[in-house]
Amino acid sequence: EAPTTIKPADQKFDPTTPKKSATTYNNFYEFGTGKSDPSENADTLQTRPWEVAIGGEVARPMTIGIEDLLKFPMEERIYRLRCVEGWSMVIPWIGFPLAELLKRAEPTGNAKYVAFQTLNDPKQMPGLRSWVLGWPYVEGLRMDEAMQPLAILAVGMYGEEMPKQNGAPIRLVVPWKYGFKSIKSIVKITLVDRQPPTAWNKSQPSEYGFYSNVNPEVDHPRWSQATERRVGEFSRRKTLPFNGYGEEVASLYAGMDLKTYF
Amino acid sequence: MATDIRKTANAALTARWAKPLVFVLALVPLAWTFWLAYSGELGAEPVLESVKASGLWALRFLLIALALTPLRMMTGVAALARFRRMLGLFAFFYALVHLSTYVGLDQFFDWAAIWKDIVKRPYITVGMGAFVILALLAATSTDGMVKRLGGKRWRALHKGVFVAGVAGCLHFIMLVKGWQTSPLIYAALCIGLLAFRRWPMRLGGKSRRADRPDAVRTRPAASRESA
Repeated sequence: EAPTTIKPADQKFDPTTPKKSATTYNNFYEFGTGKSDPSENADTLQTRPWEVAIGGEVARPMTIGIEDLLKFPMEERIYRLRCVEGWSMVIPWIGFPLAELLKRAEPTGNAKYVAFQTLNDPKQMPGLRSWVLGWPYVEGLRMDEAMQPLAILAVGMYGEEMPKQNGAPIRLVVPWKYGFKSIKSIVKITLVDRQPPTAWNKSQPSEYGFYSNVNPEVDHPRWSQATERRVGEFSRRKTLPFNGYGEEVASLYAGMDLKTYF
Repeated sequence: MATDIRKTANAALTARWAKPLVFVLALVPLAWTFWLAYSGELGAEPVLESVKASGLWALRFLLIALALTPLRMMTGVAALARFRRMLGLFAFFYALVHLSTYVGLDQFFDWAAIWKDIVKRPYITVGMGAFVILALLAATSTDGMVKRLGGKRWRALHKGVFVAGVAGCLHFIMLVKGWQTSPLIYAALCIGLLAFRRWPMRLGGKSRRADRPDAVRTRPAASRESA
């Protein structure tokens, strides 16, 4: 399905990463921990039919099929993606603001956070047999982060339908946070009144915080976050605070100690 | 029957071509990585892939070298001992490639960042420790050094190979995200090889003594044996 509208945005930075790199160098542990495992194993994922259940603190809980999600007005957004491991890419996503979907469900006054969940089917996802993480994969955002217009639900990339290894049929993209926050193959979105558990935080709380904003000043306990290597480039480059989206999102964290809330 | 196989294996391993063949085989992983890099098949992150590949092969050669003595004792194929020095040196060689690719290609000779890594990041500290030990053992691996140090001291020094093995496995476990399977498998193998030194097992219920004279006879420098 081609997007109905394509609006190039945020092109002031760098050339996009070759599509081949972005579709063969992936972290999607549901299909294995190796970088090429997802592109080799994800063909078992069934993306049709697909439904996303939206519930919790909303006036209109709903289950919405992928056909209807594809009817949202689509935009192309070219974003930097910074992985917590120290590499980065520039990817042209196709999607729509997460806020648009949340608004449709009419969040109540008690909705303070948004919890996301990935599909959890061992028949489709061979990596679920491994105990590297607790399954299903879950992620979360604070309500104001979720409503920030940069946060999108993506259904495609490089002008095409989302490849399975990149989180088809629908995934989150939060460009100012480390890549693992951008949860893939979403089946459930729940609005909640308290901070929801997140997969990597449950696994190693000292290493992966709830916020996980890209921050060159706060090192991962086991490696520096000061620099990154753009996939396809030879030398390293400096990592930018909020992955370069500080102008848009820094105000969300005004007054917070980002070393504590890492 | 078993004796025949043992004899054949011993004969093959002591043949003139055996060492050159093992030498060439041990270079295959390096050549293969070069070939993949040259043909663009190393994936999206060739630098990281070559760092990973060389590190893995350093660990593999170290474990292979450590496995030769248990193998020799279990099978009675005494000639296996001839390959320990060479394979141990290959472990050092791949560790050197691993370190050089990290320093040169990954960090681009940013010495300040590298020094910070060594003192701040336990997995790099541990990896560097393993490398320093391997370098020391490589430097003292010649017949001349065995003589100069004396058998007893040389043996004590070369027990360090176990420390390097454990440190190498730890380095691997510590650098990956989450508890992944393959680093744990390497660690289990390493622990198994260590445990064997403590509680040797042998095939066919032969006593320890029965193996010994056989093994001793084939060693050119007996002092090089014990680690």
